[in-house]
Amino acid sequence: MIAKSGSKRWVSAADVAARKAGVHVGMPAAKAQALFRGLMLVDAQPAADALALERITLWALTKYSPIVAVDGIDGIVMDTEGADHLQGGELPMVTMIANQFLAKKLTARVAVADTWGAAHACARAISRETVIVPVGQTVRAVENLPISLLRLPPKIIGDLRTLGFQRIGELANTARAPLTLRFGPEIGRRLDQMFGRAAEPIDPIRSPELIEVMRAFAEPIGAAETINKYVGRLIIRLIEELQKSGLGVRRADLIVEKVDGTRQAIRAGTVKPVRDVAWLTKLFRDRTEKIEPGFGIEKLTLVAVVVEPLEERQKASSLVEEDVTDVTPLIDIYGNRGQRVYRMAPVASDVPERSVQRIAAAAEPITVAWVGHWRRPVRLLPRPELITAIALMPDHPPASITWRGKRRKVIRADGPERIFGEWWQRDAEMDAVRDYFVIEDETGERLWVFRAGDGVDPETGDHRWFCHGIFA
Amino acid sequence: MTAARASDIADVISDLRERISALEGLPGKKAGCLAFGVPEIDAALPGGGLTYGALHEFAGGGAGTVDGAAAALCVAGIAARTHGPIVWCLTRPDLFFPALAQVGLHPDRVIFVESDKDDEVLANMEEGLSFGGLGAVVGELVRLPMVGSRRLQLAAERTGTMALAVRRWRRQTEAHDFGQPTASTTRWRVSVMPSDDLPVPGVGQARWFLELMRSRAGECAEFLVRACDDQGRLNLSAGSADGSYSSRRSRHSV
Repeated sequence: MIAKSGSKRWVSAADVAARKAGVHVGMPAAKAQALFRGLMLVDAQPAADALALERITLWALTKYSPIVAVDGIDGIVMDTEGADHLQGGELPMVTMIANQFLAKKLTARVAVADTWGAAHACARAISRETVIVPVGQTVRAVENLPISLLRLPPKIIGDLRTLGFQRIGELANTARAPLTLRFGPEIGRRLDQMFGRAAEPIDPIRSPELIEVMRAFAEPIGAAETINKYVGRLIIRLIEELQKSGLGVRRADLIVEKVDGTRQAIRAGTVKPVRDVAWLTKLFRDRTEKIEPGFGIEKLTLVAVVVEPLEERQKASSLVEEDVTDVTPLIDIYGNRGQRVYRMAPVASDVPERSVQRIAAAAEPITVAWVGHWRRPVRLLPRPELITAIALMPDHPPASITWRGKRRKVIRADGPERIFGEWWQRDAEMDAVRDYFVIEDETGERLWVFRAGDGVDPETGDHRWFCHGIFA
Repeated sequence: MTAARASDIADVISDLRERISALEGLPGKKAGCLAFGVPEIDAALPGGGLTYGALHEFAGGGAGTVDGAAAALCVAGIAARTHGPIVWCLTRPDLFFPALAQVGLHPDRVIFVESDKDDEVLANMEEGLSFGGLGAVVGELVRLPMVGSRRLQLAAERTGTMALAVRRWRRQTEAHDFGQPTASTTRWRVSVMPSDDLPVPGVGQARWFLELMRSRAGECAEFLVRACDDQGRLNLSAGSADGSYSSRRSRHSV
């Protein structure tokens, strides 16, 4: 990739093969050509790149966090505070981001840090795909990084190099006054931003299609009731806007701008498009207590980030059939609290642990059901537990078993129920067989035990006994 | 004239009664009860069944204090007989749904809410109860403190949704916690008993020893019952003394 600045042509990006040949970014184009014959040169298109980056940023806005912006010419910055728990924590979140970019054949470097500056530097310095800087460890993470990652103009970087500064740590430990005298306030500002001493709010990216309502306050507000009141009014206005365009909201962000220039965002998601005031109000009110007003709130903005068409529908009269409560608002409340909400559905499999699957709580009703001839235990152990059993081979239930250190005499038993391995799942299950028995001991406790193998052919299993479930 | 006055007085008195019961917040009045369909059990409960809009606690006995299998199935049977969706809050996802389906609970009706902590289970239950319109809200809990149970009871009273708490502990020795007072309306212990005798080798229908350990404005009672059938109904097991189902079968087969 060759960029032009004035009459100078230089390398602005290089792929892995080119880098192996010695080409690096910033090298004059002629020199790169001299290094390697037949080097393919492509003219850079900064405008197209910027457009693509903006597109990716808007996509990230709908997906990861309410506050997302373009960072420089090659990055995206996100405020993930309060958004990571939706993806199961920071580590799963960054891994997921990296993987999703990988799936689109893009290589991404992802870094999570306390400040924009630190994350910017770390993401560009790492050789791994992801890095997470623990809270409060910014100084240790960035002190050894080169000063070129400070987001300073190239002129200042060059001059600082001339003076012998290489690392951010060295620069941070130098007296501030002479540096400011010589280079202006820029260095101090960037260092403060990196170490979190100066606020650096991220101005979230917006596209004209986004439906947004806002309310600015002449006097900053701070009381919980006041915040609730205005959030309620914003929601009513947003619903009116949505009504005009026939849309329902799937994901909405409330962005709180405070007097001291910091931003806080609350995101609420729904399982299906919503245009209901009470429903949305409940989702936001649940969490307005998390807003820290600090010195006061200047502006509240409510954005519908993801919208879907929502048509008016005619309701059937409830005169005859019984009204069934729609629980989707409740599912949303649980989901926004970070709980795992699901339903159980049957899977056509005879292997007990494979016969159930979790489906989305708001999924369509299921029509199939489990075949109910055989007794099934109420509690299924996460994995079968090895027991010792005394049993007559090949097809008698055990006469006594020892499970979890307790010996039980089997008074009654039922079985065997033979379940064959599913060879289409794994090769190892080709001949596998489990013989399940229901057993009852002298106190009336009923257990589900099985023997691996049919009791005759050692190919089908090694004849060990397991306990797999507890009956009521 | 006097007749008119008498009817006036009767009106006033009935009005006063209504107001007093509203003040007392007696849930049974407005929400009604879910009868077990077993006359002996229903007779022991004020109102003739499990009150909607109230908290009911179920625990297992013996090893059931840890696995809570019988308590969960008993609760599933009760939930199956209510109308509307069920919210089931838990922390340990080891429930095997085919067994619940066998007592008449359709998988479409049950929404599971899994959380990491007991406190979150309490909060989720309360949210479900105050949502209204659900058949029942079930929660599997280790600890049920007084304050938490009071909140559940109040939320249940407000909407008339039945709250069912399945107590299961980490260790059998922790189960003495069940003696601590809570605000629940009824408190049950479900222990597994040897199953019905069959004329042939095999495991008959399961039997439970159902203890009503506490009942607000009612007496304690004990029942020997057959476990829930495919519609979630319990069935009084008459034991071996009289002509119960199992003994009659064996007589025929001999």
